[in-house]
Amino acid sequence: MANATQPFRLPQIGLVDRNAPLTFRFDGQALSGFRGDTLASALLANGARLIGRSFKYHRPRGLLTAGPEEPNGLVELRTGARREPNTRATVAELYDGLEATSQNRWPSLGFDLLSINALFAPALMAGFYYKTFMWPASFWERLYEPAIRRAAGLGRAANAEDPDTYEKAFAFCDILVIGGGPAGLSAALAAGRAGARVILCDDDFALGGRLLSERREIDGLPASQWLARTIAELESFPDIRVMRRTTIFGVYDHGVYGALERVADHVMAPAPHQPRQRAWRIVAKRAILAAGAIERPTVFGGNDTPGVMLAGAVRTYVNRFGVAPGREAAIFTAGDDGWNTARDLAAAGVKIVAVVDSREQVDPNLRTLCEGFGAPLYAGASVFGASGGKSLRRLAIREANGSVRTLACDLLTVSNGWNPTIHLASHQGHRPVWNAAIHAFVAGDLPDGMRVAGSAAGRFSLREALLDGAQLGAEAAQDCGLATKQSAPAPATDPEAVAVAPVSRVAGSRGKAFVDYQNDVTDRDIELAAQEGFRSVEHLKRYTTLGMATDQGKTSNLAGLAIMAELTGKTIAETGVTMFRPPYAPVAIGALAGHHRGQDFRPVRLAPTHQWSKELGAVFVESGLWRRAQYYPQPGENDWLTTVNRETLAVRGGVGVCDVSTLGKIDIQGADALTLLERVYINNWSNLPIGKARYGVMLREDGFVMDDGTASRLGETHFLMTTTTANAVKIMQHLEFCLQVLWPTLDVQIASVSEQWAQMAIAGPRSRDLLRAVIDEEHDISDDAFPYLAARMVSVGGGVEARLFRVSFSGERAYELAVPAGYGDALARALMAAGRPFGVTPYGLEAMGVMRIEKGHVAGGELNGQTTARDLGLARMMSGRKDFIGRVMAGRPALVEPDRPILAGFKPVDRAQRLRAGAHFLGLGRSADLDNDEGYMTSVAYSPNLGHWIGLGLIKRGAERIGERVRAYDPVRNGDVEVEICNALFLDVEGARLRG
Amino acid sequence: MRLPCPHCGTRDVQEFTYLGDANVKRPGADEMSEAAMTRYVYERDNPAGRQREYWHHSSGCHAWIVVTRDTRTHRIESAEPAKPLVQS
Amino acid sequence: MRYSIFTLAAQTLRGHRGWKPVWRDANPRPEYDVIIVGGGGHGLATAYYLASQHGLSNIVVLEKGHIGSGNVGRNTTIIRSNYLLPGNTPFYELSMKLWEGLEQDINYNAMVSQRGVLNLYHSDAQRDAYARRGNAMRLAGADAELLDREQVRAMLPFLDYDNARFPIQGGLLQKRGGSVRHDAVAWGYARAADRCGVDIVQNCEVTGLTIDADGIHGVETSRGPIRARKVALAVAGSSSRLAAMAGLRLPIESHVLQAFVSEGLKPLIDTVVTFGAGHFYVSQSDKGGLVFGGDIDGYNSYAQRGNLPVIEDVMESGMALWPGLGRIRVLRHWGGIMDMSMDGSPIIDHTPVHGLYLNAGWCYGGFKATPASGWCFAHLIARDQSHPVAAAYRLDRFATGHVIDEKGAGAQPNLH
Repeated sequence: MANATQPFRLPQIGLVDRNAPLTFRFDGQALSGFRGDTLASALLANGARLIGRSFKYHRPRGLLTAGPEEPNGLVELRTGARREPNTRATVAELYDGLEATSQNRWPSLGFDLLSINALFAPALMAGFYYKTFMWPASFWERLYEPAIRRAAGLGRAANAEDPDTYEKAFAFCDILVIGGGPAGLSAALAAGRAGARVILCDDDFALGGRLLSERREIDGLPASQWLARTIAELESFPDIRVMRRTTIFGVYDHGVYGALERVADHVMAPAPHQPRQRAWRIVAKRAILAAGAIERPTVFGGNDTPGVMLAGAVRTYVNRFGVAPGREAAIFTAGDDGWNTARDLAAAGVKIVAVVDSREQVDPNLRTLCEGFGAPLYAGASVFGASGGKSLRRLAIREANGSVRTLACDLLTVSNGWNPTIHLASHQGHRPVWNAAIHAFVAGDLPDGMRVAGSAAGRFSLREALLDGAQLGAEAAQDCGLATKQSAPAPATDPEAVAVAPVSRVAGSRGKAFVDYQNDVTDRDIELAAQEGFRSVEHLKRYTTLGMATDQGKTSNLAGLAIMAELTGKTIAETGVTMFRPPYAPVAIGALAGHHRGQDFRPVRLAPTHQWSKELGAVFVESGLWRRAQYYPQPGENDWLTTVNRETLAVRGGVGVCDVSTLGKIDIQGADALTLLERVYINNWSNLPIGKARYGVMLREDGFVMDDGTASRLGETHFLMTTTTANAVKIMQHLEFCLQVLWPTLDVQIASVSEQWAQMAIAGPRSRDLLRAVIDEEHDISDDAFPYLAARMVSVGGGVEARLFRVSFSGERAYELAVPAGYGDALARALMAAGRPFGVTPYGLEAMGVMRIEKGHVAGGELNGQTTARDLGLARMMSGRKDFIGRVMAGRPALVEPDRPILAGFKPVDRAQRLRAGAHFLGLGRSADLDNDEGYMTSVAYSPNLGHWIGLGLIKRGAERIGERVRAYDPVRNGDVEVEICNALFLDVEGARLRG
Repeated sequence: MRLPCPHCGTRDVQEFTYLGDANVKRPGADEMSEAAMTRYVYERDNPAGRQREYWHHSSGCHAWIVVTRDTRTHRIESAEPAKPLVQS
Repeated sequence: MRYSIFTLAAQTLRGHRGWKPVWRDANPRPEYDVIIVGGGGHGLATAYYLASQHGLSNIVVLEKGHIGSGNVGRNTTIIRSNYLLPGNTPFYELSMKLWEGLEQDINYNAMVSQRGVLNLYHSDAQRDAYARRGNAMRLAGADAELLDREQVRAMLPFLDYDNARFPIQGGLLQKRGGSVRHDAVAWGYARAADRCGVDIVQNCEVTGLTIDADGIHGVETSRGPIRARKVALAVAGSSSRLAAMAGLRLPIESHVLQAFVSEGLKPLIDTVVTFGAGHFYVSQSDKGGLVFGGDIDGYNSYAQRGNLPVIEDVMESGMALWPGLGRIRVLRHWGGIMDMSMDGSPIIDHTPVHGLYLNAGWCYGGFKATPASGWCFAHLIARDQSHPVAAAYRLDRFATGHVIDEKGAGAQPNLH
C-alpha cells in the first residue's frame, strides 16, 4: 500500500488530486503531497507522527483531529516576514513550496531540552505559580518572570511588517448558511429554490463537510454524486453566493456576522493586487447554523501519545485524503461510530488489532464485523494507558472482568461521541443547554434570526442533517417573505447507527491523562482545582487554564466539566455551562485592520492650497486628520525657529498669507437665527449689525468652555459661524441637537460649509494693500467702508464670489478672504503674485501660534475642556441678560472659586531661558510636591518681536500676581525656570496695530 | 449593530453618534436652577433593560433620532426622529 | 496554610493531597457588622483591609455569581499611576505602592510585574500634555519620564516610525507601571480576607436594600435577608441598579469595553504600550498572549459583548502602531461592563442613606485601583470619613462642580 515517497498514502482512495503532486518542507525535510491535502494529511502520508510539543511539559504531540479544533498539530507556517505561528496543520491547505517548522521546542522537535519540565511535572500543578516566587519581591521581574516568559508562549511571531495586504468587504443577504456539509447544503438549496438571496460559507476549501470523510450513500448512490449535483445546482442560482475557505468567526448585533475569507492562504504568496485575506461583515435577515459537530476525546493515561487520534479524524484522513494514519490500529469506542472507523480502516487495508468497546452490550452484528477483521473484541473494557513516547507503541487495556492486557499497535482511534458546534449560537450571550440524551450541550435561546440544523443541533445522522437543512432553509425563505414550493422529498440515506455511552475519563489510568492537550491540563489538575475550591466553570478554567489555549477548549471543555461534575457529585447541568467567545477560530489582526495601516491608517484631509504650499517647500504637520503647512523654510534656514521667526516678523512688518480653510464654517439662516446664537454663545449678539463679525465663546452644558470662533451677520437672518478646526464636526452636531431636540420650534436652518469655502488669512500692516490688488475694484475696502470686524460679500478675479472678514488672530490688521473651495489654490497664487511688491510671505501654523500667544489669544492648549470662561479671562463676555447653554452650571461653587488657576502671561526672568508648555508652577522656594502646585504652562513661543520666550499659563489668582516670580517646574525635561507672571497680552496692548 | 434610521433605513452603527438617555429634559426657564441642571446634566436612570436614547445620524441625514433599545440584549424596539417627538 | 516554595515542595511529595480550599465557601449568617456587596477585586480588597487595617472581622462579602467574575477577571491587567489631576494622582500612587507590597502582604503571587507603561505621543501638543501629566506625577511622588522618538525606538524598534500616518514623536514612560495577573488579585484578596475571618458568600444576589428613616438595616438576598448597619456597594458595572434600590440616581452610565487576547507567542514586548493616535494599548502576558484593547463601544450596555466597528478600530490602530501584528491572530475577544461616570473619575463616598456606602464609577480604570480602592473604602466604612487621598471622590462633586475630568470631555460618559 505504500509508495516510495509517501509511505502511508493509500492507493485509489480519497479526493486528493494524484495528478498534482506538491512538494513541501517540514523542519527542513523535503516531503511530497498532493493538491487537496492539508499539511496534516501530507505529513501523515509521509509517516510523520511527531508534529509539535505541548505548552507546559513540552510533551511530544501528534495530530489528534483533522479540523479547526486541533490542539496539538500547531506549526510555524511560511518563513521570514510571512511566518505564521500556531498554524493548525489540519486546516493549512497544502501548496507547492510550503514550508513549515515545528515550534515551542529547543533545539529540535525530536530532542527538546524543555521537556525537562516533565521531570518537574509533579510540582507544576495547576496554579503552582500563585503559591511561590514571592520572595524577594524584586526577583519576580528580574529572575522568575523572564524564565517563565521564555518557556511559555508557543510559536514565534515574525515581528516584521506583514508583506501582504488585506481587504474589508460588506455583503447583504436574506439567508446566511454557516457550514457546507449536508445540512448546510440542503438548507441553501431549499432557500435558493425559493428565490432567496443566500450566502453559504464554509471554512474548508471543499464543500461537503463530513460527507467528504465518510463512505455514505444518498438515494442509493455514493454521496459524492449527490454532493456534485447539489453544488452544481447551488452555483447555478444567480442569488446564491458560495464562499469557500470562509469562516464565520463571530455573531454580532442585529444580524451582523463577521467572516474571514482566506483568499490566498493556499498559495505561496498572493497574486499581485490580491489580498491575503478578506474580512467580511455579512448582514443577514436569517442565519442557519449548520456547523456540524466536533468529536470528543476520552481522558485516559497517555492519551496524548502521537498515534492516538479521534476516530472521525482517522476516517477523514483515510477516506478524504487517502492516508493511513497507522499500520496496526486499535479501536477504542464508546459507541457505534467508532466501528465505522474500524470498517473504513479495514477496507483501506489497515490491520485492526483490537476493538475496545466500553459498552458491555455490543450489537451482534458488530461482533460479527469484528470477527471479520480477525481482531479480538473487548466489550465493557477500556484503554487506560497508551505509551511509546514520540509514537504510539503499546496500549494497556482493562477488560470487563478487570484483567489487564497489553497490546502493540501504532494507531489508536478514540470515539466518544460528538459535541454540536454551537459556538456561534452563544456569541450573543445565550447559554447552551445540556442534552442528556446525547450527552452534550446544544444551543438554547438563539441570536435573533438564527436556527440550527443537523449535527450542530445534536441531530447527528445524515438523514436528520438533510431533513433539517431542507426544512429550515425553506422556513427561512418564508420568513423573508418568499413563497416556497412543495418541498421535494428528502433524499434517502443508507442505514446508520449513532448510539453512544460516553466515557469522560477512564478510572485508574496509567500515566498522565490529558483533558486540555495544548495547555497540558490533566485530570489531576481538575481534581486539585476542586480540592482548592475552584469549582465553578469560570474558576476551573482560569485556575487550570483549561480551554484557554488556541483551540479554546473545543475538544476539552466538556471533559473538564464532566470530571468536575463527577468530583463534586453534581450533574454536568448543575456544574455549569461552557460559554464561547468570538472568534470561533483565531483571526489575523491584519485581516480585521484591512488597508488601514501605515499612511492609510486614517484618511488625510488636505487644505485647498495644499499643492501651492507643497510647491513652496512647506513642512507639513498632522493636525487631527488635516495635514497643514507648519512653516515654509527657505534655502539657508537650518532650523524651524529661524523660519518661524522670519515668517512672524514678515507678517508684523509687512504682510503674510496663511490658509485657514480648516476652520469649521456653519451657515445659519432663518427667522430665529439670532436667537440660536444668543443661546449657544455666552456673549451678546442682539446688537450685531449686518455686515459685522464678532468673537464668541460657547460653553458645554456643564459650564466649561467648549469652543470659540467668530460669527458674522451676512443678512438680517443670515449668519456664518466659524469654529475651531478640531471642533468643526462636534459643533455642527451640537447645533443640530439644539435645533432638533432642545428648541425644535426655532425657525433656523443650518448647513456645514466647511468644505465649500477656501479661506485665506491676509495679515500684517500691508494686508489691505495686498487685498486691494486682488479684490474686484467695485468693492470699497477702505477703513471707513470696511473697518475692523467688518464682514461682507465681495468678489475677486473679476466676479468670483467671495466673502471678506476683517478679523485677526495675529493682532495685526488682518482679513480673512473666503472663495469657493475650488478657487482656493488660485486665490493663494493670486495673493502671492499681487503681494510680491509688498514682500508677501506665506506663513504656517507655527508662526500663527507665535502671534496668537503674543496677543494672548486662547487656542487648543487653553481650550482643553477643563477651563471655564472665567479661567481664560473671558468672564466679562458672559451676558447676564439672557440664558445660554452652560450659564447655570458655570456658576457652581467650584467653577467660581477664587483659587482656580486663571490665564496669565509668563516670561523667563533670565530672558535667555527657554519655556516649555506642560511645566507646573511652584512658588519660589517651595518644595516640589502636589500641595505647592499652582497651575501649569499651556502654550509657549519664542517671540522674535520681544527677543525671548513667552508663555501662557493657568495659575492660581494669576490676575492679582502680575510681576510675581514663580518656578516653571518641568522635571520630565529637567527644566526648572524662574518666570515672571505678566499680562497675557505681550504686544500692542492698546490694539493699535489691529486697526491700522 | 445596525440602527433603523427613520429617514435612511437600517444602517450600520458606524454611521451614528451616540449621546445618551433621551428621557432627561433640559429644564425650562421657570424651573432652571443648579439642582435641576445637575439632574439634567449628570444623573441618569441607566436602566438594565429598555432605554430611550439619542443617536445622531452623523454620516447620514444628520437627524437626531430617539432609539428605544434594550441595554441587556441590544434589541431595538423603535427609532423615531427626535424633532417631532420633542415638539409633541 | 502559608504559601511558599517549601509548602509547594512538601505538597508535591504528598501528591498535593493537603491543599485546602483557597477560601471558605461560606453560608450567610443573619447579621454582620458590615455587608460588602460585590465579590470583585474592590469588594474583596475592602473586606481584607477592613479586617487587617481596622480590626473588623464580622464582615460578609456577597457575590451574586462567583468571586472575580466581573471586571477583575475581564480587564487587560494593566497597573499604572500616570494620572494628571490632583484629585487622582495621590490615590493612584497609593494604589501603586500597595501593589508593590501586595504579594508579601497577602501571601499570594499575583504576578505584579513592573515592566513599564509607555504612552506614545505623536504631536507637539500631545507631548506638552504628557509633560504636564508627567510633571504632575512627579509632584505626586510617582515616577515619570518623557522619552523622545529615538529613546522610544531604542525600546521598541519594531513600531512604525517611518511610514506612519501619525509618526511617533516620543512617549511618557512610567517604569513602575506594568501588569498583574488579574484573577489572582481576586483569589489572593479572597484568601487573605478569609484568613481574617471574613465570610465570602457566592451565588448570593442582593435583591433589595432594607432602608428606613434611620438609614440602612440590611439587604434582601436570593439566600434570605441579612442584617447590618453598614452596607457597602462595590458593584461597578451594576452600580446604578443597586443604587436604584436605595432610590438614588447616579452620575453613571454602564458601557461595554471590549478586550482581546492573541494566541500564545514567544516574548515580543515587555512593556505596556499605548498608541497616542488611535485607541489601542497592548502588553504581553506571561503565557505569551498579546493582551490588547481600545475604546469603549460608546452606547449604554449591560451585555458583556461589543460589536465589529470597535473591534476593527482596535485592529486598525494596532496595525498602524505595530505593523508586525498582521499575521498574529486574535484568539478571543470579550466585553466587560464599565461604570462610566460623568467626569471619568470614581466615587468613594457616603450616600444620602445613612450607613450605605458607595464605591463606583471606575470607568475602565478600576483594576489598577483595586488595592487603593479597597484601602480607602475600608477607611471610609470603618471611620466614617474619607481617606485623604480619596477625598475628591465625592458623590456631590457634580452638584458643586468639583469634577475630576482628566480628559476635559465634560458630562458625557462615553467620551471619557
